[in-house]
Amino acid sequence: MAEIYAAALLNGLLIGGVYALVALGLTLIYGVLHIVNFAHGSLLMVAMFAAWMLAELGGVDPYLALPLVSALMFAAGWALYRFVIGRVSRGEDRAILLATLGVSVVLDNLALVIFKGDTRQIETPLTFAMWEVGPLLVSVPKVISFAVSILLAALLWAFMARTDTGRAIRAVAREPEGARLMGIRPDRIFALAYGIGIACLGAAACLLLPSFYVSPHVGNVFVLVAFTIVVLGGMGSFPGAVVGGLLIGVTESLGGLLLGESLGPIGISLVFIAVLLLRPTGLFGAAR
Amino acid sequence: MKPAHWFAVAVLALIPFALPSQSLVNIAMLTAFSAFLGQCWNISGGFGGLTSFGHSVFFGVGAYTVAILQTRWGINPWLGMPAAFLLGAAVGGAIGAASFRAGLRGSYFALVTLAFSEVFRVLANSLDFTRGGLGINIPLKLSPENFQFADRRATYAVVLVLLAVATLCAASFRRSRFGARLIAVRENEDAAQALGVDLVRTKTAALALSGGLTALGGVVYAQTYLYIDPTIAFGVERSVEMLLVAMIGGAGTVWGPILGGIGLHLIADVSRAWIQTPGFAPMLYGVLLLVIIGVLPQGIAGLMERWRRA
Repeated sequence: MAEIYAAALLNGLLIGGVYALVALGLTLIYGVLHIVNFAHGSLLMVAMFAAWMLAELGGVDPYLALPLVSALMFAAGWALYRFVIGRVSRGEDRAILLATLGVSVVLDNLALVIFKGDTRQIETPLTFAMWEVGPLLVSVPKVISFAVSILLAALLWAFMARTDTGRAIRAVAREPEGARLMGIRPDRIFALAYGIGIACLGAAACLLLPSFYVSPHVGNVFVLVAFTIVVLGGMGSFPGAVVGGLLIGVTESLGGLLLGESLGPIGISLVFIAVLLLRPTGLFGAAR
Repeated sequence: MKPAHWFAVAVLALIPFALPSQSLVNIAMLTAFSAFLGQCWNISGGFGGLTSFGHSVFFGVGAYTVAILQTRWGINPWLGMPAAFLLGAAVGGAIGAASFRAGLRGSYFALVTLAFSEVFRVLANSLDFTRGGLGINIPLKLSPENFQFADRRATYAVVLVLLAVATLCAASFRRSRFGARLIAVRENEDAAQALGVDLVRTKTAALALSGGLTALGGVVYAQTYLYIDPTIAFGVERSVEMLLVAMIGGAGTVWGPILGGIGLHLIADVSRAWIQTPGFAPMLYGVLLLVIIGVLPQGIAGLMERWRRA
């Protein structure tokens, strides 16, 4: 009995690593641009299809494709902000929210037009690989995705903390006017931050693909999860996104075990509502 | 709007009764249905500025109310209608009171409504009371007393009445004290509060009204298709469509949702004749939404206003 719980806990922690990476992109975009990027799930879906096509048509293993897909998603995110979201929204809160919703409607349905509604999967040599850890069986691709996600989160943190570009991004997030006076161009930083946030999705997609399916609707699976993590951890907080990702991964996994497969997903939505209603600043957020 | 305009609109609305085929009447009915749901969203989302991503929660509550009342307890669906309205309004009031008291606004409110609709979807999907993922079949008993019509024109008439009621509600906002308060809250919460407007109460009332009306849409859906399941009832697609109709037609305008409903159905029907791939028409809606936000914040209604003034 205890083993089932231990397995669920471990599984939740492992998937939570990738959730953290997805949420990190979202929290970065929120922290810098102060926008709620509703297109996050759909952009993850786009990245998953990109990785899937590279694997299916080009025979490239998703792990090897990670740098390429991340770079492509960075470019896509940068262009999307520069030419669509930034332009359409004119800096209004509601317009930005609706613009990201519009982008997600377009992307989801474009994927439906191109790929039809089927779910697709790929098999890599590691898809079914397992490690025995004591009495537990651990899926190898999940361990890899966890380790790489945490590594990338650390790299992103180092980038933000140690490089000039990272400092410029943080400066714009705090005080866009002050940053402008120091010779930083906030509009460029916004597009850059959006691009980096979306690049996280490119990496997450490549890590998910060996063990997860992809379909035009797969973004819906992740969008509420990602927002729950970010809100739980505190909007804009890096450590919050990582801790929140792990907590939500475990919540989902234990919720499925305790409440059953159909009622289990309710846990995430309830956590989300409870945090927003009771403690909107989250675990690590600064007071508003 | 001059009396002559109202008259012209009324004549246009009556044309479908003279249409020769049921399938044409059906198109008119679906168009009016979309316009009605868009108008429901517009009451809170347009006039109140309460951007909701989860209006399907009210639609689903209405549909399940009428379906459960008649399949479990044999209660006539006409009586299910007021019950659905009250429950929809209660859910709207509860979500509103909880969210607005917690100070949620803008994007946070949008996300919390999405989460609520997801909670209801998961519950409907797993409880025996709602028959889980199987959904509920309403037995076929075609008769007007039973709210099941063989003739689509009758369904169209019901939808038309609902659309007229919702549109009159929206139109009354221009004159009524409640409407003035609601629009004041949308435009500037701090200023409205300084003038003595109770923010939580005003916004909650708008969401309750919108929720009650939306639930009536769920009733009509259930009685027309005689089947309801968790995704049809509480799926995010319904919420997004309601928002799109209102936004594209013109959020916060009286005629916007009607123009939006007509516009979206024209796109759907024309594009279906041209490209039949699923997803194509909704993709165009998304593009249209981006264009509207970018250049026409008042939607098609704003565009017509501009022409009239030019």
